[in-house]
Amino acid sequence: MQGAMKETEFSKKVLSARPGPLKALEIATLQVNIGYRCNLACKHCHLAAGSSRTEMMDRGTVDEVLRALSISPINILDITGGAPELNPNFRYLVKEARKLGRKVIARTNLSIFQEEGMDDLPRFYHENDVDLIASLPYYLENNVDRVRGIGTFRKSIAALQKLNSLGYGKGTGERNLNLVYNPPGALLPPAQNTLEYEYKRELKDRFDISFDRLFAITNMPIGRFREFLARTGNLEKYMHALVCAFNHRTLDDIMCRHLISVRWDGTLFDCDFNQALGLTVDSSVPAHIRDFDFARLSARLIAVDDHCFGCTAGSGST
Amino acid sequence: MGDYYKPEDLDRFGEVGKHNPVLFNKFLEWYNAALAPGVLTKREKALIGAAVAHAVQCPYCIDAYTKACLEEGMSLEHITEAVHVAAAIRGGASLVHAIQAHNAADALSL
Repeated sequence: MQGAMKETEFSKKVLSARPGPLKALEIATLQVNIGYRCNLACKHCHLAAGSSRTEMMDRGTVDEVLRALSISPINILDITGGAPELNPNFRYLVKEARKLGRKVIARTNLSIFQEEGMDDLPRFYHENDVDLIASLPYYLENNVDRVRGIGTFRKSIAALQKLNSLGYGKGTGERNLNLVYNPPGALLPPAQNTLEYEYKRELKDRFDISFDRLFAITNMPIGRFREFLARTGNLEKYMHALVCAFNHRTLDDIMCRHLISVRWDGTLFDCDFNQALGLTVDSSVPAHIRDFDFARLSARLIAVDDHCFGCTAGSGST
Repeated sequence: MGDYYKPEDLDRFGEVGKHNPVLFNKFLEWYNAALAPGVLTKREKALIGAAVAHAVQCPYCIDAYTKACLEEGMSLEHITEAVHVAAAIRGGASLVHAIQAHNAADALSL
């Protein structure tokens, strides 16, 4: 599916706010989704990840990713999933990217640490200087378990305590531990700094946990979350709220302009959300990691559709 | 009575100004100023709003301020605690009037 030049309400909004369509800037981050398999099945997941998903990046494609890193000035490898740790090639990818001197970020659901064969993950992360972006939709048990499944909160808390004991989340600038909040329904997120203050206070007081930063993200109206919106009669109101909250200032720094997203099979996208929708990069640039071309991809047009209002609402969402 | 309060009627609030726009606009200006962040944060004001909404038992306000609290990153635990505060003060306000009954009884009693 091609979307870069498709006229949508979002593309019209962009053109009303700036002189031309949304274009990429120099790619700073290679975001790689190495598979949709996950030990959880969160209600808000835009990829509908879960234990029954079989899509996984193979070793050959991982090597293509590493080759693209080695021939480009991209400094950050951002690994996501599913639960990326479930891919047997995950640790190989991390180690090889570190050998190339690249900063590695892993997006973890924390509860994965308590799955069979995964208990050494915190030490693996520590030994390889991997920065972590960890999902923790709230600091109270009921709210987390309602969205992510019973028992997930306690596992996540144990994981955070373990990471703290290894030096993560201490505000040193190394071994960063950042948490991700997302609203518990058809709601926009609050101001990030206010909520970060609450998270830090509550997690410290309740569990003696510290972390570096909190990212308050907007639920994208795609995947399982869109199904929820449609099923509960909230879709129209939610989309209206996103459109009303459009903030043109977010367009300068919106994440798709600074990264390229790689699917498990090597196909390239402007972001993980476009990946979920099958909305590939513009047809004038390479569409697969094996054909990676830093200069051309850094000057590509961004494919947009109306889900993009999720990234431009309020202060923006990353 | 089931349809007495219709959720969609909240969107018609502006119609209240139809027969006296001057007073309604004064109300809106005051309302917006009162709800704007000041010494208290937007988050704190949302929670006060939820508590008051329950105290005055306004269905529109309960819907609006529950959503406002959730959008400020609060949970049902926060809202429920705030409603207990409002309810406890309401209960206490009734109970303290027992003193008036005692006073009235004392005034009449031998």
